[in-house]
Amino acid sequence: MFAGLLGIEGLDRRVIEAILDRAKDFQAVPGQPLKRLDALRGRMMVNLFFEASTRTRTSFEIAAKRLGADTISITAAGSSVSKGESLVDTLNTLGAMHPDVIVMRHAASGAPHFLARHLPVPIVNAGDGTHEHPTQALLDARTILDRTGKLEGLHVAIIGDIAHSRVARSNVHLLSKFGAKIVLCGPASLLPKQLAEMAPGVTLTTDMKQAIKGADVVMMLRVQLERIHEPASPAGEYFAFYGLRLEHLQLARPDAIVMHPGPINRGRELSSEVADSQRSVILNQVENGIAVRMAVLERILSQ
Amino acid sequence: MRELLIRNGRVVDPSTQRDGIADVFIRGGNIVAVAPNFDAAGAKVFDASGLVVAPGFVDMHVHLREPGFEYAETIESGAKAAAAGGFTTICAMPNTSPVNDSATVTSYIVERARRHAIVKVLPIGAITKNSAGEELAGIGSMKNAGIVAISDDGKPVMNARLMRRAMEVAGSLGLPVINHCEDLTLSAGGDMHEGAESVRLGLRGIPSCSEDVMVARDILLAEVTGAHYHVAHISTHHSVQMVGFAKSRGLAVTCEATPHHFALSDRRMIPYDSNYKMKPPLRGTSDAEMVLDGLANGTVDAIATDHAPHAGSEKMQEFERCPFGVIGLETAIGLAFRDLVHPGKIGLSRLVELFSTAPARILKLNAGTLRPGAPADLTILDTGREWTYDVNKSFSKSRNSPFDGERFKGGPVATIVNGAFVWRADSAA
Repeated sequence: MFAGLLGIEGLDRRVIEAILDRAKDFQAVPGQPLKRLDALRGRMMVNLFFEASTRTRTSFEIAAKRLGADTISITAAGSSVSKGESLVDTLNTLGAMHPDVIVMRHAASGAPHFLARHLPVPIVNAGDGTHEHPTQALLDARTILDRTGKLEGLHVAIIGDIAHSRVARSNVHLLSKFGAKIVLCGPASLLPKQLAEMAPGVTLTTDMKQAIKGADVVMMLRVQLERIHEPASPAGEYFAFYGLRLEHLQLARPDAIVMHPGPINRGRELSSEVADSQRSVILNQVENGIAVRMAVLERILSQ
Repeated sequence: MRELLIRNGRVVDPSTQRDGIADVFIRGGNIVAVAPNFDAAGAKVFDASGLVVAPGFVDMHVHLREPGFEYAETIESGAKAAAAGGFTTICAMPNTSPVNDSATVTSYIVERARRHAIVKVLPIGAITKNSAGEELAGIGSMKNAGIVAISDDGKPVMNARLMRRAMEVAGSLGLPVINHCEDLTLSAGGDMHEGAESVRLGLRGIPSCSEDVMVARDILLAEVTGAHYHVAHISTHHSVQMVGFAKSRGLAVTCEATPHHFALSDRRMIPYDSNYKMKPPLRGTSDAEMVLDGLANGTVDAIATDHAPHAGSEKMQEFERCPFGVIGLETAIGLAFRDLVHPGKIGLSRLVELFSTAPARILKLNAGTLRPGAPADLTILDTGREWTYDVNKSFSKSRNSPFDGERFKGGPVATIVNGAFVWRADSAA
């Protein structure tokens, strides 16, 4: 049973492997002259984005279209949400229109989980507050696998505002299920010590150099200014201590890759040189986003 | 005059150190006698063989939502839920609209209760005007109108100097000061207990220290002022320890705990289910254990429900947008049996103390005893009764309980106020 995709935490490793394998098949689609398959013809996906997003929303839309599904995108601004309708009423209304799947992004952690208990429609979580962003972790895993062939035993450093990052949480769950060593790194007030209890194989450090030393993968997070309710330290301090520059990469393994979920802030989380270097796989991540989302949608809708 | 003989029950009354089979004879709404084989020809008889007969239970912390939020609860509906939960007296917190911060509002509540409530409803007055934490409310005139304590419950008194003044005033009036201990600068914006679970779920945390620092402050102020200070819904390991410390120093410091804080923990909540969202939040496992220990060893004085009804639409939202609070009047005794009596942590006598004798003593009520002359308020329990809580059959107007469908062994079977049955399990279903 694969009702929807709410998070990585509750997913079985075999399911993740199946999605990642299938995504590999779909990687070839953009190179084909006809980029549209028929697998999901006649099915309807609703993109419901309560939070601004360009790349994730577009990526889901392209993924659905490449599989032949019909898509509709709704953003909170300009919908009944901005007229004060409650989340449950919005979703009930959409549910009555019988979509086959709802892809949802929301600023509140757990909003899709709450709705999944009340709606019979499969829900794909496209990011909920500071909780999970499962398709991001899947596309990150696909990108790492394309370079390294395995996840087990890899040393992955995740650096930045961990406390507010749903990307970090989903990646921690996924990488841990495959036996990676995960080092989470950020300023103390953005690195709650209980993160170490979240999954096996997680360690914490506030020292960026220590985190990167010997790393196979360096994953930088966007600073989530919109989620930080109180400034923990001056912004300048943050960038001086937790921005990735070329010299840091000398501490990592020679073949280490640099990842970023985007959108990147050049000169903030990472320097322009790093973003444009051979180490950077940021654009591969974007490409894999479509392939992975095709695999997820196919899995949900072909049942 | 109306006479009632409650025959052959196990009478458990810590106020008179009685625990044994006896009859309770009631006339005209008062206890006349408690004795074995009492001869009362002509009186109506209730056979309590196999049952426990206790002084009426007192819930010193409920929210009845009237005036102002009658869509969620009224004095009438809350009192019915209380009766069905085995309570004969409930104390209404002042966070209504308007806030009970004046004799006018107090009198309104007293009058509404007199007309519509089947159990006794005693108002608690606000500490500060509009519970805004800026200037003291008219505490003396509210006392004359019938309040039994003061509290800004739902909000803490953040200003320490104002808290000190409140204790001085309340102390001179003989009223306890009840505080909702939460340092808002530490809890700011949190939705659940800060710990591994909040980190995992990506929800903002309410740290234990937000409660602890205010309990510590208030205990020091209680020592300075000599007032009777009472911690509402105590929830953390350190706060229980500090109350124990205050007691060991002989201070007039007491506290209550809610059933949900000993029955649940952050690890036992259904993620993002707002029926598990309340303040203080469900704490860690060791906190819940400390509360249980405190209830058993006397550090925690009383069980109070913090019954907090919210309409369904308010709770059917994203977790972080939902209001705090759960209903609890009808499940309190069942949970106490489940987690305290049946595991052997406390006996029946302590159970009655926690629900009746102690809250009556804290609030100086003419209640919590079966002494001849006392009002005939009684709670009759069946320790072996098996029952299932169905929240849709609750007498409360709200449905926000985490215990829907919970199966219990042991609970109330009848509630008597002023010598009259106000609820019976066998006629309620």
